Amino acid sequence: MKDVLDIIVKLFTANAFVMSFLIVGIISLFSNFVAAKVTRGRIHASAIAIFIALILAYVGGKVTGGSKGLSDISVFAGIGILGSSSLRDFTIVATSYGAKMSEIKKCGLIGVLALLTGVVLTFFVGAITAYAFGYTDAVSVSTIAAGTVTFVVGPVTGAALGAESTVIAISIAAGVVKSVAVMLLTPLFAKKIGLTTPGAAMVFGGLIGTTSGTSAGLAATDPSLVPYGAMTATFYTGLGCLLCPSVLYFIVSLVLR
Amino acid sequence: MIYGVALLAGCMLVGSFIGNLLGLLTGLGSDIGGVGFAMLLLLIITNSKKATAILPKDYEKGLNFWREMFIPVIVAMSASQNVVSALDGGVLAITAGLAVVIMAFILVPVFNKFTPKEIAKDAEKEGQA
Repeated sequence: MKDVLDIIVKLFTANAFVMSFLIVGIISLFSNFVAAKVTRGRIHASAIAIFIALILAYVGGKVTGGSKGLSDISVFAGIGILGSSSLRDFTIVATSYGAKMSEIKKCGLIGVLALLTGVVLTFFVGAITAYAFGYTDAVSVSTIAAGTVTFVVGPVTGAALGAESTVIAISIAAGVVKSVAVMLLTPLFAKKIGLTTPGAAMVFGGLIGTTSGTSAGLAATDPSLVPYGAMTATFYTGLGCLLCPSVLYFIVSLVLR
Repeated sequence: MIYGVALLAGCMLVGSFIGNLLGLLTGLGSDIGGVGFAMLLLLIITNSKKATAILPKDYEKGLNFWREMFIPVIVAMSASQNVVSALDGGVLAITAGLAVVIMAFILVPVFNKFTPKEIAKDAEKEGQA
């Protein structure tokens, strides 16, 4: 019996990538069932699938102590390949096939405005929160604030400003909280905030950034909105990396002097 | 089918190249909007009659396959998130992360007021034409 188990584990690990298709397929099948039977179509099946995936990620992280969720368990390593940023970006680019060029052109300007407002206001809301929690030096406040922009901008800013590693860790955690919150809350609040048109999706992507959060949140709301939201969200991290360690840090250092 | 997939890969690599070049020029050394440029590139190519005339007929299948694969990839991505660190990040990380999301949610309707209203009508016209 143990030999048979060994063969199965070996097969799983040797074909990790192929396995990941089966696992995601099973999660999707189960989510479709729950969406149709339990919630009677009120909650999108993708939203349930993402929620289950996040729970699995929590379990994986607790079991292994690693940072890549379920994919840190060796038999599930393929999930990490299927969900890598490379394949994420590849499929996001594919979603733009079929998007309307005219919509993007018309909402381009408001999208850019949303992008600038999103990065700057997010940074200051993050900065105020950090200050409220007792951080008073400009470097720490700016690093945590940058983390609320996205979990990439946090460590980039922290490294540039020479922040402490515990502060950088908090900034990454804040960015991950944001991303996960966007995944879960977007489908719940989409209608209330008028997130129903391509233009609104572009504004949303610009205001909130986090490519992972935006793409998953919109996928669980209305997949046809994904390309519009992702289009602006994809510039958010870059703009954050540009502004946070420079202009925005400068403003914080003036205020906290 | 492979032509569509190859086109997609080409667009993504060219887009990332532009993004990285922008990163180099701004001195950040990271990718700035590479995916966005790749999306625009794919949109321009697939909307151009000249370009699609050159492409072998089946190319659409490759693009459609990966477009459909988007949600499974997102599910796998969600399963690979560092959820433990998000929850263990303490009250500050959770408060800050949630505060900025709520702020963005509140701002979406504000911006929506300024989005050109004739969009829906124009889209209809386009559909009829």
